[in-house]
Amino acid sequence: MINLQEVIETNKMIEQENLDVRTITMGISLLDCADNDLTVTCEKIYKKITTLACDLVKTGEDISKEFGIPIVNKRISVTPISLVGSACCRTPGDYVQIAKTLDKAAKEVGVNFLGGYSAIVSKGMTKSDELLIRSIPMALACTTYICSSINVGSTKTGINMDAVRLMGDIIKQTAEATKEVDSLGCAKLVVLCNAPDDNPFMAGAFHGVSEADAIINVGVSGPGVVKYALEQIPDANFELLCETIKRTAFKITRVGQLVAQEASRRLGIPFGIIDLSLAPTPAVGDSVADILKCIGVEHPGAPGTTAALALLNDQVKKGGVMASSYVGGLSGAFIPVSEDQGMIDAVEVGALTLEKLEAMTCVCSVGLDMIAIPGDTPATTIAGIIADESAIGVVNQKTTAVRIIPVIGKTVGDTVEFGGLLGYAPIMPVNTFSSQRFVDRGGRIPAPIHSFKN
Amino acid sequence: MTRAIITVVGKDTVGIIAKVCTYLADNQINILDISQTIVQEFFNMMMIVDLTKSVKAFDVLSDELAEIGSNTGVQVKCQLEDIFDKMHRI
Repeated sequence: MINLQEVIETNKMIEQENLDVRTITMGISLLDCADNDLTVTCEKIYKKITTLACDLVKTGEDISKEFGIPIVNKRISVTPISLVGSACCRTPGDYVQIAKTLDKAAKEVGVNFLGGYSAIVSKGMTKSDELLIRSIPMALACTTYICSSINVGSTKTGINMDAVRLMGDIIKQTAEATKEVDSLGCAKLVVLCNAPDDNPFMAGAFHGVSEADAIINVGVSGPGVVKYALEQIPDANFELLCETIKRTAFKITRVGQLVAQEASRRLGIPFGIIDLSLAPTPAVGDSVADILKCIGVEHPGAPGTTAALALLNDQVKKGGVMASSYVGGLSGAFIPVSEDQGMIDAVEVGALTLEKLEAMTCVCSVGLDMIAIPGDTPATTIAGIIADESAIGVVNQKTTAVRIIPVIGKTVGDTVEFGGLLGYAPIMPVNTFSSQRFVDRGGRIPAPIHSFKN
Repeated sequence: MTRAIITVVGKDTVGIIAKVCTYLADNQINILDISQTIVQEFFNMMMIVDLTKSVKAFDVLSDELAEIGSNTGVQVKCQLEDIFDKMHRI
């Protein structure tokens, strides 16, 4: 039988160390909503989402109350919209109509984000993929809940440099289209490489074509819990350090597994995966940067940071894998800048640069995330940054991503406030030497030799 | 059997256990186990209870227990046992 110490430990994690389930994300296939008439497609999409997800938020709240664990976000991911709209969309404006429909459906069911305004163009772009990509600035400017992601490369296919180049422009245009709100649109737009089909986290969530009709994916979190556990062993060697992270990750993930199974049972929708992630929030103590400091670097960015992050990421996976029947999504430590107070501090004291962040993305679960850069950064430079991240993903067979915000009208020395979970960020300097000739070549970079495993 | 864990945390107060127990008895909730300890002058108590015959829905119970707590200056929480089981038992 459970004893008092165990109950106290669990409740302390929840109440003092910010343990939470970060998101229950319902993946919904919209493939059966495709029609050659735009109005019919929109009607079908609205009906399917509002029917399947009508109880999602209520169920999340019920589970949260009954187990006493906060479930911060309830979200929806859908089939990449470039596929759903390919038969009926002739212009970027047609895709924007679908975005507005999705936004209305998200509002109706009460979720806080809906992901999947996406296109998978890792090898080539269809006409409809390109139309969707060109509609992104307008779509993100006129919706509230929609998140967009574009997959521009994979280990199997190499990197679609035409898409990379185009995304440089699209990010700039999105920043411009949402400049009244500090280019917030770019916080909801991510460029991915090796994107997983079952990621529950925004902005990169979409419901891949390999998935069932509907599925429940859960993202767990708990950097504060790991940090507290490490604070108890300040002088431990690496063996004990790693053991402690693993044990803590196991406990955190078990809670996610319980919530996922309950949500799946109550909603009558199959359980997909648990995403084992340490996802920070701007709340004090809920920080991946603080864990790195506990491990022993003065600030993230100091020499040793990449190694510390690598071991953290690995131990989180090792502990979490045994705690869940299915693991997927991104699974690892997230290192967004604006959403993590410790990262913001590190940038402000000059410890952390864009180049060091790039190195860190080689060993963590995602990529350059929530980084504000000067609004006058050229589109070709942004495309260069995307190409670099994609190369890291392609060669290391991992997911990488770029979610950077060129904040129109701001430059190094300024800060930008996104609000809520998105936090605030100092504008970081970007290398000012040109990548134009490189990104303007066109075509695609072939898949690396080690992708040929057949 | 649906089992829940009720925890009472706060400054030690006369009659708090009695109030919680009376409430549980009034609602046909059987107490299976009680333990308590004092940590840094804070009173920590937990009860394992059986909700099978409870006359009230879980969310009502949870709200009313929390209210009994706040009226007495302590925190009373009611959570399904599974969360602790899952976390601490393989």
